[in-house]
Parts: sequence; C-alpha cells; structure tokens
Amino acid sequence: MSFVLALTAASLTSVGVYLITSRALSRIVLGFSLLSHAVVIGLLAAGGPAGEPPLADKATPESVANPLPQALSLTAIVISFGLTLFLLSLARRQQVITGDDLVEHDLEDIRIAKTVSNARPVHE
Amino acid sequence: MNELIAILVLGPFISAALALSVRRLTILRDVITIASLFAFTVGSAFLLYFVNTDGTFVVKVGGWQPDLGIVLVADLFAAMILFIALATIFVVEVYSISQRASIWGADPYLVGPILLVLTAGVTLAILTGDLFTLFVSFELILVASYVLLTHQGRPPQIRSGMTYVVMNLFASTLFLLGLAFVYAATGTVNMALLAQRIPELQDGVRLGIGLWFLVVFGTKAAIFPLFSWLPDSYPTAPTTITAVFAGLLTKIGVYSIIRFHTITGMDDLGPIILVAAGLTMLVGVIGALAQNDVKRILSFHIISQIGYMLMGLGLFSVAGIAGAILFLFHHMPTKTVLFLVGGLIESSAGTSSLDRISGLAFRRPIIAVLFAIPALSLAGLPPFSGFVAKLSLVEAGIQSGSAPIVFVALFVSILTLLSMAKIWLEVFWGNKAGSVPNEDQVPQPGSWRNRLMISTTSFAVIGTLLIAASAGPLWDMSVRSASELTGSGFYSNEVLK
Repeated sequence: MSFVLALTAASLTSVGVYLITSRALSRIVLGFSLLSHAVVIGLLAAGGPAGEPPLADKATPESVANPLPQALSLTAIVISFGLTLFLLSLARRQQVITGDDLVEHDLEDIRIAKTVSNARPVHE
Repeated sequence: MNELIAILVLGPFISAALALSVRRLTILRDVITIASLFAFTVGSAFLLYFVNTDGTFVVKVGGWQPDLGIVLVADLFAAMILFIALATIFVVEVYSISQRASIWGADPYLVGPILLVLTAGVTLAILTGDLFTLFVSFELILVASYVLLTHQGRPPQIRSGMTYVVMNLFASTLFLLGLAFVYAATGTVNMALLAQRIPELQDGVRLGIGLWFLVVFGTKAAIFPLFSWLPDSYPTAPTTITAVFAGLLTKIGVYSIIRFHTITGMDDLGPIILVAAGLTMLVGVIGALAQNDVKRILSFHIISQIGYMLMGLGLFSVAGIAGAILFLFHHMPTKTVLFLVGGLIESSAGTSSLDRISGLAFRRPIIAVLFAIPALSLAGLPPFSGFVAKLSLVEAGIQSGSAPIVFVALFVSILTLLSMAKIWLEVFWGNKAGSVPNEDQVPQPGSWRNRLMISTTSFAVIGTLLIAASAGPLWDMSVRSASELTGSGFYSNEVLK
C-alpha cells in the first residue's frame, strides 16, 4: 500500500469521524461522504498495486489490477450515494419540524435522568 | 432444491415490485403481500425439511466457482433461522392489516411492499456464503427499516430515526472497512475460503479481524456497549413495525456473529464475548426496570436477551452454540408476539404508558392471557419455550465451567420476571375503570379489526407454545447445526466440494 493512499485514507477518516460527532445533521452527512471515500480508498488499497490497462493484446491477466475490489468499491459508492440522499431528506424534514437540523436528546432519557437526580421512586 | 433457494432469495423482490405497482388497490396489494409471504414461509419449511434430511445445499450463482462468484449456502443453521424469520414476518404482515387507518397504524400504501424488501434482505443475509453479499443484504435490511421507521414523518420518529440511521450507517462503514482488511489479509470475501484462510493468519491480524467484526455485527445486534440507539428508536415506530424490528433486525446481527465467529474459529475471543454478554444482559434488564412505557420496557428486553445468545456463543462449545441457536429460534417469535400484544394494549387503552393504563385484565381478559404466556416464556419459566432455551444455555455454561456467566444469566432471569410483573401490575391489575381512550380512534372489541388482531396474536402465541412442545427435535437440530459450525473445515468442505 502506497504511503500517499494510506495518508489520504487516514486524514479523510479523521475529518469524517470528527464531523460525524457533531450535532448538526448537515455536518454528519459531510462526515459520511468523507468517511465513505476513505473506505473506498481502503478497498482499492486492499486490491494490491495498480496494474496495466486491461487491453486485450497489451496486458496479460497477471499484469492487470485486481478487478474485485473495484467492483466492491463501486457497489459501496452507489449505496453510500443513496443513503446520503436519505440522510439529507431526513435533515430537511427535521428542519421543517424544528427549524434546525440538530439531532435532539431522547426525552424519555431526560425524564429518567431527572427521576434519578431527584432521588425519588418512579412510582408513587 | 436450487430453484427453491433461488425463489426464496429473488421472490421477495418480485412480489415487492408487484405489490408496489398496485399499491393503491388495497385488497389486491394485501393479497399479493400475504400470499407471497405465506408461500415463502411454506417454501422455507420445505427447505428446512430437505436440509434436515439431505444435508447442506449450495447454489453457485451464475455457475461461477466459489472463489470467483457468489454462493448461497443453505445449511441447517440457516434453514432453521430462515424458517422462523419468514414465519414471523408473515404473522406480522397479517396483523398489520388491522392497524390500517388507526392512528397507530403505519401508512397503508408502503408497509406491505417495504416489508417484502426487508424479507428479501433477511433471506439473502441468512443464505449468503459471501461476506460482501452479507454487507449488501445488511444495507437492504437497513434501508427498508429506515423507511419503515421514518416514513410517517412524525417528529419523534424523525428525531429517533436520525440517531438510528447515523448509528447504523457508521456500522456499515466499519463493515466495509473490515471487508477491505479481510480482503487485504486473505484475498477473498467468500466465507468458505475465509474459514480456511483466516485461521492460518498471524494471531494479531486474525484477532483484529475477529474483534472488528464483533464491533460491526455487535452494533447491529445491539450488544453492550453499542446498544444505545435501540431503545431510543424502536418504540417510536408503529407497533407492527417495532414488532418486525424486535424479532428480526438485531437477530440477523446475532446470526452473523454466530456464523462468522464460529466458522473462522475465533475461539480465543470467547472470554471477551462472555464479558460483553454478561454486561448486555445486565444493562438491558436494568434499563427495562427504569422504564415507564410498555414498548420501551420491551425494547430494553431485546438487548437483555441478546446477551443470552452471545453467552452461548462465548462458551464456544457445541452445547453452548446449540443453546444460542435454540435461544435465537425461540426468541424471534416470542419477542415479536410480545410487541403484538403491546399493540393490543395500546389500541385498547389508547396509550402504552404504564401510568395511564390499569385494570385491563377486567375489561379484556383475553389480552391478559395473550400477554402472560410470552412474558413468562421470555422470563424463562417452565413449561414455555424460554425455559428450554435458557436451561440448555445454563447447562452448557456449567459444563464449560463458566460459573460467573451462569450466575448472571439466572440473576437476569429473575429481573426479567420482575419487570414483566411490573407491566402486569400496572396494566392488567389495579383500578378497574382505567383510562378511557378516545372511542373514535380505538378499534372496538367487536370490530373486525380487533378480531383480526386478537386472532393473529393468538395464532402466534400458539406457535410459540409449539416451539416448547417440539423442543426435543429442535434441540437435536440445534446440536447438529452447532457441530456443523464448529466442526473444523465442515462448512468449507460442503461449499467447496
């Protein structure tokens, strides 16, 4: 695996993970795009070195690049593209409902946290 | 036989397309959905019968050899889980008809067809013998579940849907990255070849792959500490949809863990899996005790029960894995039935909040009976199916000399019973008058809708009793599946021969 590929994948991953930990869904979407790029680079790197162009009379089967990781990456790209759109539509819906696209707390969790901090039984 | 396996994988797609194309002709759409799900259930029963008598079937898609193409593998473990999964989806789809047009029901146009897409993903995930196809089928299941969870677009669903989608997307990304690692290390994604090559890797690489996939599948299966998305999102969906999720989604994660970690011989991860199992059981059940809503209590119990299946796997003995398989087989229908009863409670009381329901046993005794049977089964009391499954796990634990996990399992059983008793006290006993739901929105006891809900649920409860009644043959099958999975080289030999 070439150093440049590894470095690119690593920096894409770190920026992607950083963005995903944010609360705004639009940032999370960007984070996912970057992260899936990192994964695709990882898949490509897993396939070994780049080979010769797969032209019929110019290359032998041994000298061309491994096509399987490329097929896998293609599938992964299509899936992540569709899911990005789905996330964006969720973000839009959240914006219509609340005026913002922030991921909110679980109300029931807050209720239980309050119950505990007030140190009284749940049922009275 | 190859045709039957192909039909089980492709059929749900075709009927989903058919049902979608006639989605506004209510009766035709429902007939297509129910008839095809019934046919698939019967088909999987045949598959189970044939696999049980004739051994593993392998379909090489497109005639490609396993190292080049995709294979579908129907071994005994796959056939057992496939049958119970399809039967569960069928029951839920019939039940969902009664939910149409009530305020808790889902959008009638979409539920049937999307359930079929989910079915396609589930069949593919269970039958595939290829790690990348497993990833694709996970995506298929998840996309269907995203739509089912959020398509009504109500604020709580969007809020929890966002957590759910982001969590699962992250796990899927990790899955892909794991695939890259596996491919780089072994040069294949075919599970039969992986079963041969992964044990030959250096210990560090091998354990890294094992742990990585434990995290990936564990997020889908909601094991400790990766479970927080589940109790947040499941209860917000309409009852029928929560019932499908509860019975199937996390179980497919568990199925994949059992499949992958047994055939690649990850025995040395056993202690880690056992610790995760114990914590999953404990945290799930303690979470359930703190809740105040029927659906949320049941959602936390899903997590707790996942721990039992992991416990069986973590022992890495034939008896332990057989116990895990039997537990999986018992848990999928039982949990779904409990959620269906939760739907009955919700629709006859107008709410699922424990504070606002009481005395339901006096008004609707049949619901009380339908709740009691699966609830006691979940807690593991004899003579129900949960008892048999837990007994086999506890025996396997004692055989392997893992006293702490056995102790935790038994302790959690008591806590499970306690929280079931809490639902019983609050919902079924107490003030006879109880809350009066809005008459317009609730199916009345005499209506066809209510009759259908009651009869489907009763049918499913009888089904779970049948599991207990046929525990002997099921146990034999589980032991055989477990010895096939753990038998060194068995899976690869069957697929590659």
